[in-house]
Amino acid sequence: MYVAVKGGEQAILSSYQLLDEQRRGDPSVPELSIAQIRQQMKLAVDRVMTEGSVFDPELAALAIKQSCGDLVEAIFLLRAYRATLPRLGSTQPIDTGKMVLDRRISATFKDLPGGQVLGPTYDYTQRLLDFSLLATTEQAQAASVIESVGARPAEAEYFSPRVIDLLNREGLIETHQAPEDDPTPFDLTRQPVRFPAARSTRLQNLARGDEGFLLAMAYSTQRGYANSHPFVGEIRLGSVDIELIPEELGFAISIGEIEVTECQMVNQFGGSKTEPPQFTRGYGLAFGHSERKAMAMSLVDRALRATELGELVQSPAQMPEFVLSHSDSLEASGFVQHLKLPHYVDFQSELELVRKMRASPPQTPTLTGDLEDEHA
Amino acid sequence: MLKDNTSDVTVGEAVASHENQAVDQHFNFAYLDERTKRMIRRAILKAVAIPGYQVPFGSREMPLPYGWGTGGIQVTASVIGPHDILKVIDQGSDDTVNAVNIRRFFQRTTNVEITTQTQAATLIQTRHRIPEMALTEDQIIIYQVPVPEPMQRLEPRERETRSLHGLAEYGLMHVKLYEDIARYGHIATTYDYPVLVNHRYVMAPSPIPKFDNPKMHMNPALQLFGAGREKRIYAVPPYTSVESLGFEDYPFEIQRWDAPCELCGSRDSFLDEVITDDQGGRIFVCSDSNYCETQQNTVEQTAVTAAQSVLKDV
Amino acid sequence: MPVDKQSPILRATGLNKSYGDRAALIDASFELWPGEVLAIVGESGSGKTTLLNALAARDQPDSGSVEFHLKDGALTDIFKMTEAQRRLLARTDWGFVHQNSADGLRMEVSAGANVGERLMALGERHYGKIRATACDWLARVEIDPARIDDLPRHFSGGMRQRLQIARNLVTQPRLVFMDEPTSGLDVSVQAKLLDLLRQLTQHLGLASVIVTHDLAVARLLAHRMIVMRRGRIVETGLTDQVLDDPQHSYTQLLVSSVLQP
Repeated sequence: MYVAVKGGEQAILSSYQLLDEQRRGDPSVPELSIAQIRQQMKLAVDRVMTEGSVFDPELAALAIKQSCGDLVEAIFLLRAYRATLPRLGSTQPIDTGKMVLDRRISATFKDLPGGQVLGPTYDYTQRLLDFSLLATTEQAQAASVIESVGARPAEAEYFSPRVIDLLNREGLIETHQAPEDDPTPFDLTRQPVRFPAARSTRLQNLARGDEGFLLAMAYSTQRGYANSHPFVGEIRLGSVDIELIPEELGFAISIGEIEVTECQMVNQFGGSKTEPPQFTRGYGLAFGHSERKAMAMSLVDRALRATELGELVQSPAQMPEFVLSHSDSLEASGFVQHLKLPHYVDFQSELELVRKMRASPPQTPTLTGDLEDEHA
Repeated sequence: MLKDNTSDVTVGEAVASHENQAVDQHFNFAYLDERTKRMIRRAILKAVAIPGYQVPFGSREMPLPYGWGTGGIQVTASVIGPHDILKVIDQGSDDTVNAVNIRRFFQRTTNVEITTQTQAATLIQTRHRIPEMALTEDQIIIYQVPVPEPMQRLEPRERETRSLHGLAEYGLMHVKLYEDIARYGHIATTYDYPVLVNHRYVMAPSPIPKFDNPKMHMNPALQLFGAGREKRIYAVPPYTSVESLGFEDYPFEIQRWDAPCELCGSRDSFLDEVITDDQGGRIFVCSDSNYCETQQNTVEQTAVTAAQSVLKDV
Repeated sequence: MPVDKQSPILRATGLNKSYGDRAALIDASFELWPGEVLAIVGESGSGKTTLLNALAARDQPDSGSVEFHLKDGALTDIFKMTEAQRRLLARTDWGFVHQNSADGLRMEVSAGANVGERLMALGERHYGKIRATACDWLARVEIDPARIDDLPRHFSGGMRQRLQIARNLVTQPRLVFMDEPTSGLDVSVQAKLLDLLRQLTQHLGLASVIVTHDLAVARLLAHRMIVMRRGRIVETGLTDQVLDDPQHSYTQLLVSSVLQP
């Protein structure tokens, strides 16, 4: 005897409980603290803040804990939280030229004012599993050897000039002036993107975009799917001041500091009969220490400028509608995973159709017979 | 506060009443901040003023994922008031997990009265079906839409489809239908079947089966459509013309079944196929759970009345 | 069909177009009369494609005007029309045959749908009639109507071009633009296509602007021709006159360079 399906609500509550248990894991193992995640999984926290579009390491760490380390899920949590927060105002643009540097490198010059500061990076490590990390610090101290290379700049007041600015002294690199009146940039979190999209809108989309997707798109530009001969002009990691001009005061005050990674990619341009050859640029910016993201973003930014620079658009990375419509991990993950939802009504319709088509093979109406008569 | 006349009290009801204390104080009424609601309402008004036209709106990240009904939820959240009576269905049923999840969201953030009865609801949020029972002027039905652009599969570029809509250039849609007939002998679209609204805009009705398309035409209720991920809202005002595309000699047709509903005997409703045993035995059951229950009660009533009258005559 | 002497169907006046500091089109002017076929002849870089694109409203010139005689109206500047009006024109009263048929066809849709699309866009809603009209046109361009459900992918180059022509002519346009319609095809196929074009333009009284680098195409199809060099029109006149008695030195060079069999 068939009984109609019921009890969906109970099933959901049960699944919550199971999820809770999964998140906690073995109760005999100490629970993760937010502080631990924040301190010891810094790079995960940085990614969640960048794509979540909120600089708050505490909340990002919470999201990571809640999502059992699934960063795309954590990003979702942070974005949903952000969505209904009230807006207090807009900051001044950050000045990365005044960054207190933890790391600063350039591939375009061997040495430069301010020096190549390696800072904390995996770049020169060998990717060998460090089994000493299986134990906690107190036990392993004797065993592990940590080499550090590079040094911090001596004075916090010394600001290293940007490579871009150095190239600019010879007029070798394209410059971008802020638009007249310095209008408020379009805010993607308030309005949907419309095409064609301005560069600032594209950059906002890329900053929030999924790192994996951008990485793949960037990689494709290096493998012949568009090619802009990129060089890392400069990568900077460090903290910058956030400044706000409150109406009542009329001048800027610092409301805090954030850590950002900035990548300036330098690309070749052919020039034309009217324009002498100049380097063109791609730009990437992310919260925290996120080099892969900033670099990928800068390559994709440059590729998306193809039309503006008179280049032939041939590959997906150069197509704004393709890149910007698919870069958001929430949209992508949501729609891909929505396939798990019941679709049996739609499927029923398709089932009926296929059955019908198999039962009576289509009589494709060809008019050969009739036509012969017409044109006899 | 389940306003539900069926005798079959679900476990859900017991749980819901436990949940159902005051609105969760951490959130604004219906979750969204008032500015956002205002923005969405403006988009809705624009949509109602231009039936079938897709109005872009600043869709917010919601606590459910994009693709899982955030558009419908945002529309509902923007029109719902404390005195509304809400029904939420998915695939026609109140009890599917997605419907339950969305209903719980609104219970938590609004504390409005909830119902499974189509006729008792003032707001109905739905995924993939239109209720069998006719709607009234006092009701609003809100559809969850995955892909608002009816031509997206033929032309993925939004910039191009925007021009096509603006210029009413719908040759491409008919080319697709023509191809179906040439290839299969009939139009091969069975759900999300494109319609012409108010003789002007071609619209995607959401993945409702084509069986439901005729219900949209001249419906006394206000029909709102929300696509959260694609960030579009559109609408069909009450008593608006909604015609399914087709050819004069290959007109639009709805689906029919050979069997009636196993539970209530209906021959007029959309039926789900249920496989009942390992040998592939199957029965057909109404997709609209509320309709089916109501029909069953009516059948019982009729039987009881008939029996009573027979007894009286004895 | 007698050529109507009352008003040109198309008039170009002082057209100029530059790309950067390269002048691609300089001061081009001419008139085209109803039912007349005009060939624009020149080598690569002569500006003939730029001129065609300006005439067909595909690319706005820097200065000058292009006027088209609307069906129920007067000579109208096409760049002063709205986008909507231009697009409607392009689907009804105009045709454009591309050099590469893939640019002028929907390759993933059947021949019948390709030919029927304009009709459907204009509101034709009877499948049987659309199909009958499509069959009729396929026959007229010498494609076997039995292939109506086949995809252009499975057609030869010559057949695709003929399909493109059918797709354009189904709404009986009064003006057709053609961009090197026969290049890339085998010689025998070219001849067949040219013959078809000649018959159709005569039979339907089409006005046509054909860009070609091949003088034989001009000779066979065009009443008049324009010779272009480095962005300028250097000679214009009746085809036979220009080819048999070229006045400008460049035209003389062109004519004498044609390989004799």
